[in-house]
Amino acid sequence: MADVKTVQLTIEGRQVTVAEGTSILEAAKTAGILIPHYCYHPGLPVAGVCRMCLVEVEKAPKLAPACVTSVAPGQIVHVYSEKALEARKSVLEFLLINHPLDCPICDQAGECELQDYTFVEGRAEGRLGPEPKRFNPVEDFGGDVLYVTNRCILCTRCVRFMDDVAHDSVLNVSERGDRAVIGKAAGHDLTHAWAGNVIDLCPVGALLSKDNLNKVRAWELDRTPTVCPNCTQGCNAIAETRDNVLVRLRPRSNADVNQFFMCDYGRLNYRWMNRQDRVEAPLVRQGDRFGAADWDVATAAAAAAIRGKKVVALVSPNLSNEAMWMIARLVEKTGGRGVFRVETGPEAPLPGVPNLALRADRAANVRAAELFGFQRTDAPLAGLGGGEVLVIADDDLEGIDPLALASVGAVVVVGTVLPATARQAMVVLPTANMSEEEGTFTNVAGRVQRFLQAKQAPGMARPTWWALADLLTALGDPANYFLASEVFAALAKARPEFAGMTYDSLGMRGAVIAGATQPAGVAK
Amino acid sequence: MGFPHKSHPRETPVLSEHFGNAEALTLDGWKKRGGYVALEKALGMPEVDIVNVIKESGLRGRGGAGFPTGMKWSFMKPGDGKPHYLCCNADESEPGTFKDREIMRWTPHALIEGCAIGAYAIGAETAYIYIRGEFTEPLRVMDAAVREAYKAGILGANAMGTGKRVDVHIHKGAGAYICGEETAMMNSLEGRRGNPRIKPPFPAVAGLFGKPTTINNVETLAAVPHILTRGAAWYKAFCLSNPKSTGTKLFSVCGNVAKPGNYEVVLGFPFKDFLYDLCGGPPRGRTFKAVIPGGSSVPIQTMEEAEATLMDYEGFVAQGSMLGSGGVIVYDDSQCMVRHIARLCRFYAHESCAQCTQCREGTAWVTRIVERIEAGGGAMKDLDLLLELSEQMTGKTICVLSDSCAAPIVSGIAKFRAEFEAHITGKRCPLRSGSSSTVAA
Repeated sequence: MADVKTVQLTIEGRQVTVAEGTSILEAAKTAGILIPHYCYHPGLPVAGVCRMCLVEVEKAPKLAPACVTSVAPGQIVHVYSEKALEARKSVLEFLLINHPLDCPICDQAGECELQDYTFVEGRAEGRLGPEPKRFNPVEDFGGDVLYVTNRCILCTRCVRFMDDVAHDSVLNVSERGDRAVIGKAAGHDLTHAWAGNVIDLCPVGALLSKDNLNKVRAWELDRTPTVCPNCTQGCNAIAETRDNVLVRLRPRSNADVNQFFMCDYGRLNYRWMNRQDRVEAPLVRQGDRFGAADWDVATAAAAAAIRGKKVVALVSPNLSNEAMWMIARLVEKTGGRGVFRVETGPEAPLPGVPNLALRADRAANVRAAELFGFQRTDAPLAGLGGGEVLVIADDDLEGIDPLALASVGAVVVVGTVLPATARQAMVVLPTANMSEEEGTFTNVAGRVQRFLQAKQAPGMARPTWWALADLLTALGDPANYFLASEVFAALAKARPEFAGMTYDSLGMRGAVIAGATQPAGVAK
Repeated sequence: MGFPHKSHPRETPVLSEHFGNAEALTLDGWKKRGGYVALEKALGMPEVDIVNVIKESGLRGRGGAGFPTGMKWSFMKPGDGKPHYLCCNADESEPGTFKDREIMRWTPHALIEGCAIGAYAIGAETAYIYIRGEFTEPLRVMDAAVREAYKAGILGANAMGTGKRVDVHIHKGAGAYICGEETAMMNSLEGRRGNPRIKPPFPAVAGLFGKPTTINNVETLAAVPHILTRGAAWYKAFCLSNPKSTGTKLFSVCGNVAKPGNYEVVLGFPFKDFLYDLCGGPPRGRTFKAVIPGGSSVPIQTMEEAEATLMDYEGFVAQGSMLGSGGVIVYDDSQCMVRHIARLCRFYAHESCAQCTQCREGTAWVTRIVERIEAGGGAMKDLDLLLELSEQMTGKTICVLSDSCAAPIVSGIAKFRAEFEAHITGKRCPLRSGSSSTVAA
């Protein structure tokens, strides 16, 4: 980086120093100024077509499009000069003459850049005469994408994403002049594994998610930074909830992991976090039935079931590092062992971004499970014998022979739901799923990333690390933690891979564990 | 020799000398008339010397912008290790312009020779001639001439036996006006949608296939062999007014004029004489009202302006317009300017590539407003709106198509405001009988 030449310029009276070749638009961001724009997106090749980012550069004969104009030494840029404001106001007017203004029924309303910039810089009155607006029917683009043609402002972000990032040129600009629309190659659909990103990229309500259609208003949503739990890539995401229900997952940018993108599998696979058949209270076996108990009673019962036996832990690879470490301690204390199963599927890379793919392992924390010594297996019950207690930590038991399970003597369930085949459990400790707790995951490249709590856990359910910490304490291994950050701090002290890490040092971008062998995501 | 009319004595036929003579179409016929002497000479010269001769001659681009050709060539650096390309812009689509068509129809070898010299001078081994798709006859003629030239060893790996490679390919356009914009043309040649590119990078840095490229108009390249054969001083001497405008220029004349057609005159020729003498004045019983002198993209001139014009790059600018492509469209007093401006706007609205917002939406919007005024449905505030929209459509987009749409509106309202107002107050076109009507598609 030492060789990069820098350029000094003035934007809106502020001195800015940026690397040579930077656009005025990006340089302005460093000065805290967002120049309005539509077609420009940092994750896509520059098009320079919307002409919204016109700014005045002193001594230049014409207004300059900030997205394609490189900074020059001594340049003096006016973003809010009369000429620049007039030009942008005019672009907004041109964009709006054929825009349907159906904001009340548009899913994008509230998070629409056309609304936002019109609010800030637009014209107060319309000047379109008696001429009718153009009309085109809505088109199903396949996959999760609906194209509401009338709202399209032809910024071509979607076309450029499919061409240059997804390398699947399904979209194009068809026709010319004001008849132009986004076209789709005949016989092809937006079925690329990453095609759903065009919905996020669309600055207006032209490309919509069918999954989210007419479901929520943008301003009703609570947004929480999270990490997609649906594969080992660990794409940074935003969990959006309304009334304690997760309704949408969207990508959150992280240059080292997923840039600006997220795959369709990840973004659409959120309903499991809204399951209604949850265990809401700790359950303790009383004869042939369960009785609800408070946490102290249940924890004591679980400790009693475990005491003197070796723990065989069947863990979900979607548990947090914190939970995983607690279980590892339980396993270690009892001299037992840990196993885990992973659902797999075909890998689907995003060709335009290095080291970004929907990974074959469809769970968030496989890396940590391996790190903490859990064995990956397809036959988790194999070799289970007397003197051992099976602790099922949120494994759904799908595909496990109920007869084999029934022959296991002692079972403790720590989980979000109680699988039908595990009803012989002695104790069930209800836990929160990842959207209901704070924690960290370690992704495929060894990057430890935080996720925050997006919604409330049902009933008395607790984070898994908490349930297990109390259990450990009851078994004589004091683990008195009150916050996930404290568990993580203790983990960082105990495990050399995590040495020096804290929630504060991780921030919302994460950090890579010591000795990670795989290249850590995308080069900066 | 003129075509379709006989040459007027005050014309100076250089490019048009053999128009209408079928014998000049063939390689032998062309050689008999001094063809390919210039190429042979050029291939024996260092590249920089050719560029200097062209610089010295004062030849400027005949496509519309009038950029000095020698200087454009000097931006190319032969021997920089990259492939270079020459593109000949034969996508002549500017309404009112049909001079390149005649050059290709009658003197295809002049263009091929010019392309070969140009390619060699800029260090290119390949030249592409991008011909407008609707030009079926010029395409056929050019295609035959290129085949002939290859067969005779003029083109190819061993051009004229010099061991130097010069290839000329003909590429057929598919009917888009915008592909005459040089960067859109390069996209089209690459097989992409014909959208203009953002400059910089300029074509001389990164053009066709990302390599250094020069784009020249047909008429520009056709003049090159003459300059090389007869010398820069000979060409430079063709000058009647401003020394920065040298040589002869073909003007295509259409509209309400007694003798439409192509005329070749020395730059600086009086426009009044041109219109009344060479072109025979207005049709019988009519008077001239207005002229668009350089293709539909340039501002309209009133007759006062036109009659005071000396026909060169500076002369047209001095009288409120531009030389442009040399496509002269003449209107007489029977014509409704509002209707013609609406027609021009509709053309640009149809041809906008749809990239830039101002152009995509603006050209269509102003068209609808002008058409509404023409049909009698306008209001006075529409004129201010038109001028404001035109202002926002000028100088703010990737290419100048949007500017070209605004030019006739701005100049039309400025110079023929009374006609617009008559449409608005009378709620109909004053020049047409009956009730109001819309412009025919």
